[in-house]
Amino acid sequence: MFITDLDPVLLARIQFAFTVSFHIVFPAFTIGLASWLAVVEGLWLKTGNNTYKDIYKFWVKIFAVCFGMGVVSGVVMSYQFGTNWSVFSDQAGNVIGPLLAYEVLTAFFLEASFLGIMLFGWGRVSKGMHFASTIIVAIGTLFSAFWILSANSWMQTPQGFEIGADGLLYPTNWIEIIFNPSFPYRFFHMVTAAYLTTAFVVGGVGSWYLWRGEYMRHARIMVGMAMIMAVFVAPAQLLIGHAHGENTLHYQPVKVAAMEGNWERGGNKPLYLFGWPNMETETTDYGITIPDGASWVLTGKADGEIPGLKDVPPEDRPPVAIVFWSFRIMVGLGMAMILTGVFAIVLYATKRLYDSRPFQLWCMAMTPSGFIALLAGWFVTEVGRQPYTAYGVIRTSESVSPVLGEHVALSLLAFIVVYTALFGAATYYIIKLIRKGPAIIDEGETYYGHSMEASATKKGNE
Amino acid sequence: MFTFENILDLPLIWGGLIATAVLLYVLLDGFDLGVGILFPFAPSDKCRDRMMNSVAPFWDGNETWLVLGGGGLFAAFPLAYAIVMPAMYIPVIAMLLCLIFRGVAFEFRFKAETSRYIWDHAFHFGSLGAAFCQGLILGGIVQGIEVQGRSFAGGAFDWLTGFSVMCGLGVVAGYILLGATWLIWKTEDVTQDWARKAAQYILIFVAFFMGIVSLWVPFLDNDLHMRWLSQPNIYYLSALPALTTLVFVLTWRSLRNPVKEAQPFVYSLGLFLLGYIGLAISLWPWIVPYQVTLWDGAAAGTSLSLMLIGAAIMLPIILGYTAFCYYTFRGKSSHEHIY
Ligand code: HDD
Ligand code: HEM
Ligand code: HEM
Repeated sequence: MFITDLDPVLLARIQFAFTVSFHIVFPAFTIGLASWLAVVEGLWLKTGNNTYKDIYKFWVKIFAVCFGMGVVSGVVMSYQFGTNWSVFSDQAGNVIGPLLAYEVLTAFFLEASFLGIMLFGWGRVSKGMHFASTIIVAIGTLFSAFWILSANSWMQTPQGFEIGADGLLYPTNWIEIIFNPSFPYRFFHMVTAAYLTTAFVVGGVGSWYLWRGEYMRHARIMVGMAMIMAVFVAPAQLLIGHAHGENTLHYQPVKVAAMEGNWERGGNKPLYLFGWPNMETETTDYGITIPDGASWVLTGKADGEIPGLKDVPPEDRPPVAIVFWSFRIMVGLGMAMILTGVFAIVLYATKRLYDSRPFQLWCMAMTPSGFIALLAGWFVTEVGRQPYTAYGVIRTSESVSPVLGEHVALSLLAFIVVYTALFGAATYYIIKLIRKGPAIIDEGETYYGHSMEASATKKGNE
Repeated sequence: MFTFENILDLPLIWGGLIATAVLLYVLLDGFDLGVGILFPFAPSDKCRDRMMNSVAPFWDGNETWLVLGGGGLFAAFPLAYAIVMPAMYIPVIAMLLCLIFRGVAFEFRFKAETSRYIWDHAFHFGSLGAAFCQGLILGGIVQGIEVQGRSFAGGAFDWLTGFSVMCGLGVVAGYILLGATWLIWKTEDVTQDWARKAAQYILIFVAFFMGIVSLWVPFLDNDLHMRWLSQPNIYYLSALPALTTLVFVLTWRSLRNPVKEAQPFVYSLGLFLLGYIGLAISLWPWIVPYQVTLWDGAAAGTSLSLMLIGAAIMLPIILGYTAFCYYTFRGKSSHEHIY
């Protein structure tokens, strides 16, 4: 049978990559949405404008679906370390285990418990308590990102440990472990990425309503708030990403060489806008380049020296093409986001932000951009770290569990089938919710008997 | 680097903490998985809505104890995690897949109209499968795992034995009992009457499976035989089956008495607690049964110390707000769609 010949290491990698990529799509969206919902609910409490409440109650349904998907796929992740990477877990457990334990203790319980109040507590707790629950859930998602990114960053830039006589890693300095060199950059880059992802989804949905002339008051708020993010946060992401890249240049030079498709160390290196890195011939073919560009971006000087892939022997190089291309997708989409912000400023200045049809189409097209950029970013980071699980310390091929290839293959197949079906179902229900649109408050809808609000609004345009 | 190694027996403390996390998981997720298993047998769709609403605000928090159990095992006993997960590869993955179906059912069911029956099935079979797999994993661990050096060295299907299947069925029956008694407490009228009948029926099965598993354990391994059946142990330890029998009788009586609403649930929790204590006695002092002790499998002292600080601060807070959530959603559950 062919599956018996499959390489368990490769399968374990594919399985981990598949399950974590599936997982991260949902946290990325819920991290951003939780914070945004807190702002929207705050605005409602402050202004008393029920449009905010409608928006909250509309998006919280979508939030619930995505959060549920995030939880179930996350529980899988916490067992994948053991089922797929048991040798790594044993070796690095002393260091990485406590970080994950802190995530559970400080974040997961908080999110899970107050999510109940956020979703079902409407009318059971006071308005203030409900608002507090939304904020707590939002903070919980950020705590969660803090710890898991600390763990991941440690695997990229490990420090603060020693290797014992038994080959296991022993922590020597927790501060060095938690605040390892790439962690601050990765944390801010990821949180910003989550906010941008959410902003473009909210903006895309708002634009769709504007396009169809429905829920105009709600749609304007959605688009307006999304564009504020595009104007301010998208350029910030470029700066954070750039700083992140400089940090990587210092700690993982080979990864940067792969991102740039650069083989020979040296100065005056071009920036490839397009190219095809070839691992056999050790060249990047078909290049369309900006002369001296890569040297400029990374060092600020035309003749600045940047690392090359040939600095290390072939067996220590990551798969170059994936890193190279993922990086271009991420940065390209980042640029498109910045451009969206520029469009928004121009349209706002000419008072056409909510009327321009081409802009509405553009925003609808940008809806998935955050997800794609985010996954591309993770592929740069993770594939660029190869062939190590803990960079320079533990090799991927030495991390894998003693499990038969065919079982990994079968479980991978099961994950693919189940996840695809669920992803389809979730997308279907979310689209259904979006089509239905925000429920405009009517007679029946009361909060703690405040039925005064009831008469305020009616469905449709202003 | 700071460590409490010299003043505290950290592996023992962490063994206790993880055992507590797993116990809380079993008790809490036990009742909502039980509700899921009972789901299709409810008398009407309205009852089903009530059943689902009675657990919807809690299931996520409940499942987080499983993450603490698994994540805690990784953090505190990495060696045990690295041996047990590959050994239990198939039932663990199957359990995770089942939990996925049961978890998404909450969100999807209320949003679906024509396809609602799919999520009813997902809820039922997901809960059933997860419960059964948890029993298989329990059985697979109790009967022992083959280890060489620092790795699992047995076959992919070692966990599948008559004993582990018996444990699987036992866990299913036990969760149904928890679910049914939870429903007695959280619902009224038709749903409550039906839950009461279901609980009486399943109690017999729980007694049967608990009896079989308890009688089987001493014959799994010579040490276990000595531990339970040698003199004078048998005199002290026979208190446990005696107490369990007593709680069975109390549960039965409270189930027959229509004014008792919360008591059956409390007694069922008691039954689980007693079963768990029995298990703890059997497994002591192993973290991977009969191969790795708590002390051999523990993480470095500094790691355990750091986590102990976190646990000491966070666990009381977690228990506090968990209680607050249960208090917020006190009272009988309604059939209306609640958000
Ligand atoms: C940057 C953020 C981030 C990243 C990189 C990851 N996660 Fe995650 N995870 C979250 C952010 C998050 C979250 C925002 O906290 C979630 C998403 C939705 C949710 O319910 O909580 C979550 C849920 C979640 C849960 C369910 C928690 C519960 O029961 O409530 C688990 C067990 C994990 N994750 C575990 C992992 C593991 C082992 C990862 C690494 C391989 C991982 N996550 C990557
Ligand atoms: C606009 C220009 C951007 C630049 C210059 C940039 C730069 C980088 C770099 C250098 C890395 C790899 C770091 C490493 O592994 O060492 C990275 C990773 C990543 N990027 Fe970007 N990025 C940009 C835009 C974006 C956008 C728009 C998103 C998503 C919305 C995004 C999401 C990510 C994610 C999720 C990662 C992986 C996690 C991490 O390492 O931080 N990036 N980025
Ligand atoms: C959440 C977003 C993430 C994405 C999209 C992602 C993506 C990937 C990908 C594509 C791989 C396969 C790389 C390869 O084998 O070529 C991988 C491997 C891996 N990642 Fe991540 N990752 C993410 C987060 C994390 C985090 C937070 C951790 C740890 C705390 C982590 C730990 C690992 C491990 C242990 C492997 C397997 C070993 C290896 O191949 O190096 N990942 N991930």
